[in-house]
Amino acid sequence: MPPLARRALARTISGFAGARVMGADGGSDPQLPDQAIYYANHSSHLDFLTIWAALPAELQHRARPVAAKDYWGTGVRKAVVERVFNAYLVDRHGSSSTRRRESDSGVSPKGQIAGMTEVLDAGDSLIIFPEGTRGDGESIAEFHGGLYRLAQHNPEIPVVPVTLANMGRILPKGEFVPVPHLSTVVFCDPIHPKPDEDRQSFLTRARDVLVKCLAEHQRREDAQ
Amino acid sequence: MGLLDETALWLLGGVVVILVIASTTAWLLGRKLGVTSTITNLKQRINAWWLMVALIGAVLAAGETVTVLLFLVLSLLALREFITISPTGRGDHKVLVWLVFIIPAVHYWFLWEHWYGMFSVFIPVYAFLFLPARNALAGQTKGFLQRSATIQWALMVCVYAISHAPALLQLPVAMELGREAAEGSSPGSGGATGAHLLLFLLIVVQGSDVLQYIWGKTLGKHPIAPSVSPNKTWEGFIGGVLSATALGAALWWLTPFSPLVAAAFALVSCVMGFAGGLVMSAIKRDRGIKDFGSTIPGHGGIMDRLDSLCFAAPVFFHLVRFFYT
Repeated sequence: MPPLARRALARTISGFAGARVMGADGGSDPQLPDQAIYYANHSSHLDFLTIWAALPAELQHRARPVAAKDYWGTGVRKAVVERVFNAYLVDRHGSSSTRRRESDSGVSPKGQIAGMTEVLDAGDSLIIFPEGTRGDGESIAEFHGGLYRLAQHNPEIPVVPVTLANMGRILPKGEFVPVPHLSTVVFCDPIHPKPDEDRQSFLTRARDVLVKCLAEHQRREDAQ
Repeated sequence: MGLLDETALWLLGGVVVILVIASTTAWLLGRKLGVTSTITNLKQRINAWWLMVALIGAVLAAGETVTVLLFLVLSLLALREFITISPTGRGDHKVLVWLVFIIPAVHYWFLWEHWYGMFSVFIPVYAFLFLPARNALAGQTKGFLQRSATIQWALMVCVYAISHAPALLQLPVAMELGREAAEGSSPGSGGATGAHLLLFLLIVVQGSDVLQYIWGKTLGKHPIAPSVSPNKTWEGFIGGVLSATALGAALWWLTPFSPLVAAAFALVSCVMGFAGGLVMSAIKRDRGIKDFGSTIPGHGGIMDRLDSLCFAAPVFFHLVRFFYT
């Protein structure tokens, strides 16, 4: 897509989502590394669009959202996410039941990780949602193991937590018409896997960053 | 030019002169006191005023249709801010689609058509009864009354109340030819007189906000409602409202009112405007936020700027309609 059209599209998405982009310090100009593994909480189809749109132009064309093949892998959806957003499609569960169990227990099927590490090796960034599926926007589910594997693959690449507030209210799971709300995209400080850190403690630490940040930015306190 | 005649252009010229003075003063203050956060905020506020004045001037020059469209957009932006801080949940999504995409457009359509009867009852009667019914069908009962009430409130304040400002544009036909002739008159038929009424209200109400800010910043000591807003003081309120009332009286030539009536209407509008600001402050305080948004640099969100107009416009509209048509 031509750069100008891409910027226009990014502006449109940010404008519709009323997205306020913030750094961890609360400033409006987050410092982002050239290459990163962005991971975020997931409550809406708009999530990857909004993160993509929030990235500065020079990083945007090298950031590849990871999307589930079972939803985005056919017809118009596939054409849009692949051509416009340069998405990387993965098999969420695989077809066999053993794989599904593996995935649920927090270990992602091997094939999809290998594909994603190729993306990283090519110098591109990834946008992933380690919860694996969209939640209700209130709480954050346990993370699948893929994030750990990716972080381990090349510890030089920063892992950037991204907190999305209110996206699930704009377009909740199961709805088709987005209703404008103001949303917030917070790029938190990068985290790195420590040398002696095991999978579970890294995943817990990664999730805690989002939980804490979301609590700060979720605007409605006594929501049901 | 559209709804702007020579008088309105002179008036806007006067506003520009005041903005030039304000910008110069802020610049001088910045040189004298250094760049503090208050000065930066002051400059942002004044710059935003330049834009807002230019926008109002431009849409009035383009005519009633464009002006109505501007207020529709403002209503939608305000609505977005309002539902963001409301305790609505996923079960409300379908009703929010109606709230945002359908009802405001229909309401503003009736306004644009000069169909006063439908304009005044569509939201308080039809939307009021329809929205909770639609929401009950969605089946979520938890917090139902609270959620429904919030949605009604958002609609009344952000759409119904704000729309009474552009509704002023159609009053001149009713003043001249009577209410029946005004029903269904063509958009733009209010002409320059309508624009004068709208400008009178905007200048008095927004002027009152600015004057309350200035009086409060310089003399303010005794807070009116400390638990709601520590920035609202008796000094700011009395000084601001009285000086804005004087401003309104001084603008009587713009309106069909005598100077005394202009002062009285300005006073009512300023007090209503103050009430609007106070109510919105209470809402923000309850939700634990400082501003509704960050759309207008220095001012906050659209609702932070329009809070006073929300309360003043409907009352001003009905005062004029009752006594002058």
